[in-house]
Amino acid sequence: MAETGRLRQAAITSPLLSPVTLVRLAIIAGVLVLWETIAASGWLYRDVVPSLLAIGRAIIALLSSPEYYWHLGVTAGEIGAALTIGGLSGLLVGLVLGGSRFMGKAFEPYLYYLGPTPKIIFFPIMIMWFGVGPASKVALGTMSCFFPIALSVAAGMRQIDPVLIRVGRSFRLKQWQMAWKIYLPAMRHPIINGVRLGLGVALIGTLLAETKLSNRGIGFLIIQAYSLFDMPRMYAMLIVLFILSIGANALIGRLGGLDSIKRL
Amino acid sequence: MNRSALARIPGLPALFGFGCLVVSILAFEILIRAGVINRFIVPMPSQIAASFERVIIEEHLLERFVLTFKECFYAAILITLVGVSLGALLHRVDLLRRATETWVAAAASAPTVLMYPLFLVIFGRSSTTIIMMAFVAGLPPVILKTIEGLSGTRRVLINVGRSFNLTQSQMFWKILFPAAMPTIFVGLKLGLIFTLINVVGVEFLINFGGLGQLINDLAERYDLPGTYAAICFVILVSVVFFVVIERIERWLRPAD
Repeated sequence: MAETGRLRQAAITSPLLSPVTLVRLAIIAGVLVLWETIAASGWLYRDVVPSLLAIGRAIIALLSSPEYYWHLGVTAGEIGAALTIGGLSGLLVGLVLGGSRFMGKAFEPYLYYLGPTPKIIFFPIMIMWFGVGPASKVALGTMSCFFPIALSVAAGMRQIDPVLIRVGRSFRLKQWQMAWKIYLPAMRHPIINGVRLGLGVALIGTLLAETKLSNRGIGFLIIQAYSLFDMPRMYAMLIVLFILSIGANALIGRLGGLDSIKRL
Repeated sequence: MNRSALARIPGLPALFGFGCLVVSILAFEILIRAGVINRFIVPMPSQIAASFERVIIEEHLLERFVLTFKECFYAAILITLVGVSLGALLHRVDLLRRATETWVAAAASAPTVLMYPLFLVIFGRSSTTIIMMAFVAGLPPVILKTIEGLSGTRRVLINVGRSFNLTQSQMFWKILFPAAMPTIFVGLKLGLIFTLINVVGVEFLINFGGLGQLINDLAERYDLPGTYAAICFVILVSVVFFVVIERIERWLRPAD
């Protein structure tokens, strides 16, 4: 017991002093000093690299304004809707494609090759179909996240241990029982991984659509800061957005029992 | 199982998939002609096909394609040079790798493309913005996969190098780098895909440059068949691009 106690203590104290932490701190400090030097030097146009103090003040102003949370809510709602629609349809398509070799061979190549195309170019069509409001952003987000989710579900389904499927068959499970009791629990990891990838691209799709044409949401605020040339505010919004998205990504990974941020 | 027997007949599933595609295009054509779908929202597939020629000639599609290709090419060179050298550096200096690898992984999952208004301010509304944006978005996977490839070099190969008394640089160029090539190319593949997506996407968003701008232009003119045709063309280009990269990757992968 004493051994483990000592070990645990070592594990707690060592990261504070470890060389890795020191290097990290040195890099962060170096970047900050460099940033501040560039900001103070006047080499670049004024405000392109604003001082850290200005960015810090902008972050505080941003986080204490109720308006920001309203826009954040709008964007979160759009992303949530996109992830729900895209996720469920992706799951369904993935189950069909992964469950039948014939269907997989017939349709999966289309998904596979359409997956990495730039989705934002569909935005004009989405505006025609769903109007200029939030629906077109949801549509673009849905389109973005459908592909990775469908593909990882289909791939995950093929990797299920055949023993589990035989168990289900021997219990004479119906098709939906097979899906609910065998396939879905066995595919937890690929599904979570697909949702994680899907969240990333849905976020990008939705926010980019907002920067292109909208009057609400975080994307709108970013492009508004751009047109007002309010650089500290733009930096503040990008920093908060990056922290939120990396956090959400890590959270989904943690929930699914994956590494917090899995290597590509 | 009847279906799995069908799946084994070569070419049949692909034919079925293609058949479904053709049938759905025909169904759209009929529904639009019958007025079930508004033709001012979804143009007829035949109209889209007919407008291809117009888009190619009048909108200088090929020149725009070359422009987009050039932007991708410059960004690709940048991600290769910077990504592989940074990856090699991080592999060499272990402390630096342990300190920054999670940061690079976080950057890979961050929505970097949303920084485009920032890049617009820094680099102006120019090709440089597009290239830099694509470079930043495509860089992390190249770094990560380079580190992975170099650290995954088989012990035997390194021992062979040692027994020949190779210098550090000989070791890198003759043993580590060639052994890591296939993994590095996986990273480059991901990086190049991000590059293409970002080049076209940013072109569309800032309304500047090649194929992305063409779509924006046509949509703003409310030239629906033209917009759809241009989108089809971009999809075609990215699919071809993707297939070519995949072929190269498969060719580089060692036969195990």
